[in-house]
Amino acid sequence: MRAAVVVFPGSNCDRDLAVAFSAAGAEVTMVWHKDNTLPEGVDIVGIPGGFSYGDYLRCGAIAAQSPICRAVKAHADRGGYVLGVCNGFQVLTETGILPGALLRNSGLKYICKTVDLKVETNQSAFTEGYDSGQVIGIPVAHHDGNYFADPATLAALNDQDRVAFRYVDNPNGAVEDIAGILSENRRVLGMMPHPERAADAGHGGTDGSAMFRGLAGALTAA
Amino acid sequence: MKARVHVMLKNGVLDPQGEAVRHALGALGFDGVTGVRQGKVIELDLADGATETDVAEMCEKLLANTVIESYQVEIL
Repeated sequence: MRAAVVVFPGSNCDRDLAVAFSAAGAEVTMVWHKDNTLPEGVDIVGIPGGFSYGDYLRCGAIAAQSPICRAVKAHADRGGYVLGVCNGFQVLTETGILPGALLRNSGLKYICKTVDLKVETNQSAFTEGYDSGQVIGIPVAHHDGNYFADPATLAALNDQDRVAFRYVDNPNGAVEDIAGILSENRRVLGMMPHPERAADAGHGGTDGSAMFRGLAGALTAA
Repeated sequence: MKARVHVMLKNGVLDPQGEAVRHALGALGFDGVTGVRQGKVIELDLADGATETDVAEMCEKLLANTVIESYQVEIL
């Protein structure tokens, strides 16, 4: 598996994401926001958490217009895999690669804690290492994680089994407790919780490891 | 030419910041406020030749996220 991790000014989970991909056996290249192209032969692009461009205008809005995001959009349009975590999820909605938007948390507070997530579907390379219905503990750290989508979009997400994770105890007001969603072709996952922060026994558990192992299995075989 | 763009959360989209402001106004004794919506104002200095249509396109592409926000353009 060849992975590329995007670095924006203000990204702060890029190295954690790279370490999680590496631990699963990936060859990882870091790519800069000003780059116009992704490295040749990349299977999956990771868009990390953080505060890209200082969250100016809206979280992820400026990053979505960066040169590298045009390459990421082309990669997704070609059927390439993309994982967007936290600010990376916000970037994916701002680019239109994933539907909906992330609003300010309903309680207005920044939330940093480990939360229980229910795996809604294991029908994706991201979640095949889990059982559908399994509950896993993954850290969240966000101020704007309140997922919003209009009723038609929600109906499509539910009908197509594209909700990957729901919060067991909704921390941020997200509609229908949604924590992460898949693209129509199931190759793009955006999620607010941080699986890369739960991929090392020494750092907050290992419930996130199965995602990176599953990706390595699926993408190495492919 | 200057343009002023008003960006607001759409009706029906929860505005927790507006709600917090409403509560704070109530705490100050302003009982007459039944709702607060908070938005943002963006002022643009435009070169000659830029049109209101250009500004609308800027709103669609960047200044507003039309999934959750509506916008109004005012040419000054």
